Amino acid sequence: MTIRLEKVTKLFPGVTRPAVDALDLTIEKGQVCVLIGPSGCGKTTTMRMVNRLIEPTSGRIIVGDRDVTKADPVELRRHIGYVIQQIGLFPHMTIAQNVATVPKLLGWEQAKIKARSEEMLDLVGLDPAQYLSRYPRHLSGGQRQRVGVARALAADPPVMLMDEPFGAVDPIVRGRLQEEFLAILKRLKKTVILVTHDIDEAIRMGDVVAIMKDGKLVQYDTPDRLLAAPVDDFVADFVGADRALRRLSLVRAADAVEPGGAAGDLMLSGSLSVREVLSALLAAGQDAATILAEDGTALGQITLAAIRARSAGGIP
Amino acid sequence: MAQWISANPSIFIVALQNHLWLTGVALAAVLLIALPLGLLLTRHRGFANIAIAIVNILRTVPSLALLVIMLPLLGTGFLPSVVALTLYGLPALLLNTYTGLTEVDADIVEAARGQGFSDAQVMTRIEIPLALPVIFAGIRTAAVQIVSAATLAAFIGGGGLGELITAGMANFNFPQLIAGAVAVALLALAVEIAFAGIERLMTRQLRMGAS
Amino acid sequence: MSWTIENYDRLLVALWEHIQLVGVGLAIALAIGLPLGVLSARRPGFALVVLLVSGALYTIPALAIFALLIPYLGLGFWPAIVALVAYALLIIIRNVATGLQEISPDILDAADGMGYGKWRRLFAIELPLALPVIIAGIRITVVTQVSVATVAAFINAGGLGDIIFQGITQDFGEKVVAGAVVTSALAILCDESLRRVELRLRANQAEHA
Repeated sequence: MTIRLEKVTKLFPGVTRPAVDALDLTIEKGQVCVLIGPSGCGKTTTMRMVNRLIEPTSGRIIVGDRDVTKADPVELRRHIGYVIQQIGLFPHMTIAQNVATVPKLLGWEQAKIKARSEEMLDLVGLDPAQYLSRYPRHLSGGQRQRVGVARALAADPPVMLMDEPFGAVDPIVRGRLQEEFLAILKRLKKTVILVTHDIDEAIRMGDVVAIMKDGKLVQYDTPDRLLAAPVDDFVADFVGADRALRRLSLVRAADAVEPGGAAGDLMLSGSLSVREVLSALLAAGQDAATILAEDGTALGQITLAAIRARSAGGIP
Repeated sequence: MAQWISANPSIFIVALQNHLWLTGVALAAVLLIALPLGLLLTRHRGFANIAIAIVNILRTVPSLALLVIMLPLLGTGFLPSVVALTLYGLPALLLNTYTGLTEVDADIVEAARGQGFSDAQVMTRIEIPLALPVIFAGIRTAAVQIVSAATLAAFIGGGGLGELITAGMANFNFPQLIAGAVAVALLALAVEIAFAGIERLMTRQLRMGAS
Repeated sequence: MSWTIENYDRLLVALWEHIQLVGVGLAIALAIGLPLGVLSARRPGFALVVLLVSGALYTIPALAIFALLIPYLGLGFWPAIVALVAYALLIIIRNVATGLQEISPDILDAADGMGYGKWRRLFAIELPLALPVIIAGIRITVVTQVSVATVAAFINAGGLGDIIFQGITQDFGEKVVAGAVVTSALAILCDESLRRVELRLRANQAEHA
């Protein structure tokens, strides 16, 4: 479902500056849109207005073809997946009961709920036989996070709202979770709004990234264009001085090869990012590397010169 | 009710004085026993568990039961009443003293030791001052409990305002009954408010002292 | 011990009366106190009023309350229940309110976000999670009630206090001791059982194992 925000404004009582200021934003169906910005920029407020946990002061929010500001909030939320940083699993319920929350609220029949719960745990990589009857306190942070996502997906909502979903896990686990969940969300073709303060997460997970500041939208672009062409100094600073390198991490080596074989004996997998190829070239003191497919056949080569040209913005 | 009091001032005053004596002596006894004992238990945690178990049972025993149990042991009158009241008020202060002292932030104690405070100094300069609010809350609880339970001392001949109630009931002297009831109710409220006020002053002092 | 052995049935009757006093008092206090506790948790203004009123009531000695109610309610079981409920109300309301307020806001946010309506959230999430604290309150209440109910014999409400008072007026030590011991045993038993329930509930709902 498409999500459209039209001139959405939120003004909290007793505060002069609006938390969200006449925001216009359109997210296409099946896209992952990341909202990012410094503290107080209004990203979380914006997200929470989509499921009416915060009421907009003015403006319209259209999800699919429905204006959510006119819908019943409780009913609305049962059709939107919601994942928060602290997860908020219900400690007095088993994992099974937690995952079954929304289906139960929607009145699904027992057999369907059970089947769906098992399917969801499988989806997030937890063995249902082992985990369904456990309680949240028995699970590690990473496992709880997976259950949180399973719970949000259980009723098969077309739209997902995620607020720093991987914030409460340690960095090693976080990277893995990001990859896995991105794959799941893509496969299920969900329209996602994800709020984060981590620019790396935004670049990795977003199809489009919305940078906000002081309640306003500053730039709304694909990660690559955000890195290549920041619209002002604020965005450039925010994205980081190493944005050139970051852009390279967005491209897979296999997609960036030129024909020909490289001199020298450096051979790298095509699934690495161009940034990783650059790193390897520098470490080995070579000018070019041969790129291999999964089965070992040579796909082509990547040269330092080509990488330099790409970074200078020459190649889209 | 007011008429009864003005007609029988001496009976009223005696009852009131008795009540205050019972409360005062019992509270003093509780302070003298519970404070040092609580302190001691923090240094001998093994005994603390047993002591706490006993005290928890004691805390559950109904006040009237505690008072009347004294009858076969100590008979009637002032002394058995005071003993019972002391036992009644002891758990509150003992538990609060113990938990107040043990729950002082271990990091602060560690820092104090690290700076060279002796054990006694840590106790007097750090632990006790920091535990004071909790300890004082215990004193307040004990005081209110004792002044309240002292009403029942009338049943074992201990006197007090409760006696106005029991005598009033026995003689169908309603004004006396009500006089006793109102008086003890006001006394209990007064004690509660007084101690609450002191507690607030204390926490304010501590906060100002700390900053 | 001879009296006790010969008259254990009278003790049992008194015990049963005592349990009725405590039980009925508790049931009514819960029926009134639970909704008031929920209201207290939602509205601090209301909470303050409730706290002050029931706090004042709780400070007044049991015997005094019983005596003061005589002109209005007379003697017997039900007047005693009124006083018992008055005492229990403070603890119940306070514990229900505290239990609800201590729930992590993240859990409530997650519940809202998933589409729990207000009432459903209260019954499915909030009250179950507040249960350990509420049980703690019930535990204190029951122990207090056993104590107050002992004094209720003064206004002819029956119970174990009756045995004790008879023993005092008849100068019959054994009755006094028997009454006191059984009352204490009842209080200790209730306290211990409820303590176990409370611990069990806390373990089940822990955030971390």
